Amino acid sequence: MAVHLQREIKRLKELIFNLISRVENNVKLSVKSLKDRDKKLAQQIIDSDVEIDRMEVDVEEECLKILALHQPVAIDLRLIIAFMKINNDLERIGDLAANIAERAIFLSSQVEPSMLIDFTDMAGKAQIMLRKSLDALVNFDLKEARLVCSLDDEVDQMYREILRNIKEEIEKNPSYSEIYIQLLSVARQLERIADHATNISEDTIYMVEGHIVRHRDKTCQSIE
Amino acid sequence: MKGALMEKEEKKDVLLEPPEDQRKRNTSGEVTDLNALAEGNGEVHVRTEDFSIFYGTNEAVKKVKMNIPSKHVTAIIGPSGCGKSTFLRAINRMNDLIPSCYTKGKMYFDDHDIYSQKTDVVTLRRRIGMVFQKPNPFPKSIFDNIAYGPRLHGNKNKNELFQIVEKSLMHAALWDEVKDRLNENALGLSGGQQQRLCLARTMAVDPEILLMDEPTSALDPKATAKIEDLIAELRGEYTIIIVTHNMQQAARVSDYTAFFYEGILIEFGDTKELFQTPREKQTEDYITGRFG
Repeated sequence: MAVHLQREIKRLKELIFNLISRVENNVKLSVKSLKDRDKKLAQQIIDSDVEIDRMEVDVEEECLKILALHQPVAIDLRLIIAFMKINNDLERIGDLAANIAERAIFLSSQVEPSMLIDFTDMAGKAQIMLRKSLDALVNFDLKEARLVCSLDDEVDQMYREILRNIKEEIEKNPSYSEIYIQLLSVARQLERIADHATNISEDTIYMVEGHIVRHRDKTCQSIE
Repeated sequence: MKGALMEKEEKKDVLLEPPEDQRKRNTSGEVTDLNALAEGNGEVHVRTEDFSIFYGTNEAVKKVKMNIPSKHVTAIIGPSGCGKSTFLRAINRMNDLIPSCYTKGKMYFDDHDIYSQKTDVVTLRRRIGMVFQKPNPFPKSIFDNIAYGPRLHGNKNKNELFQIVEKSLMHAALWDEVKDRLNENALGLSGGQQQRLCLARTMAVDPEILLMDEPTSALDPKATAKIEDLIAELRGEYTIIIVTHNMQQAARVSDYTAFFYEGILIEFGDTKELFQTPREKQTEDYITGRFG
């Protein structure tokens, strides 16, 4: 029985790891398309989101199959539950990357490069959080997972900073308000990516330790 | 009814009517692990202290310290030969029937030492009933199967016996199926019905603890579901201790689960916790099937 279950879990891991690399790549490319004003690249990201959606369904079906056929318990159960939730987060991150790509297409034809808000720091930080959350997931690394949780505040702070800047810019140049709303939207997508990375880390902690650490302090400490 | 029986029995046995005030009472209503139970947070019905069971020189159960909470369902799981059935049978001294079997340490039922020389085993087994793996009705009528125990304990009153039979069969969710054929031979019932009849027979003598040794392993899924439903209904009224090979069953029906391995009690705690986040590696290896 255990051999069959472990074989299924191995297959499930392969599926979700493929999804992880696809999602991570799309986030990276979406930021690049924004920065390079690369319409073609942005369109590729939007088109490839369909593939991510399909992969999400595959992972979910695999999880449901394992639950129904093997009735896992303990670490196996926690792994399936965590993977099902992380699967949703990954799909949402894929959508957010596609949203950034849509903004990139709009902005590439609208804005002078000098007018763009600099997203380098925020995008960098959000991507680091995503990278670390996925590393923590793959390696069952609690330390890394907790680090991600503690980084979320920094990204939130960056978002508030950009929001403040954009408000000021809109007041100065009301005619560009549409463009600035699009720019704010990009910041919002990045902030949401960081939130999903935090969710992934929280579910990783649950998977390894068995404690639900959501809605606790930012260090995601478990309460015994 | 209980009072009458009690009065009769009281003369010959110290095992009767435990002094109420000496029982440990559950104050929190929650017992999360063995230690909490040991500290007396739960109302303990069966308590063991360094309890070992030997078959000749073979120590089948090793120094088990366990506090089984009252009026809850406790499941005992573990691989074959881990001592779980031996331990269960020790609770109402069924192992006395095996010549080479002897025990060390203490096992208490409420505050009574089960292995004291003063203990009347017949009364002990009335108060701690048992249902076995295979249904074993007597080759008698359905009515006589249930009335057998009360009659043995001296009840000859036909009306009372009928009331006991009706109540016991209702308790075992069998009344509606057999009420029109109480005089038919019990061996004519289906396996699942026979097992419920055995449960009714056990309950007819008004026990406080029900021991179940893999009670559904010989039954089909539908009959199993009925027994499991019954266990859920009887919880709160009886202390139920069930040995099962079916871990999903343990997870479904029990409040607490004990995991035995090679005669040692490895882990004992809240069923939900044990199946989601077991504390011991051996428990996790066993319940996830990674064992051995």
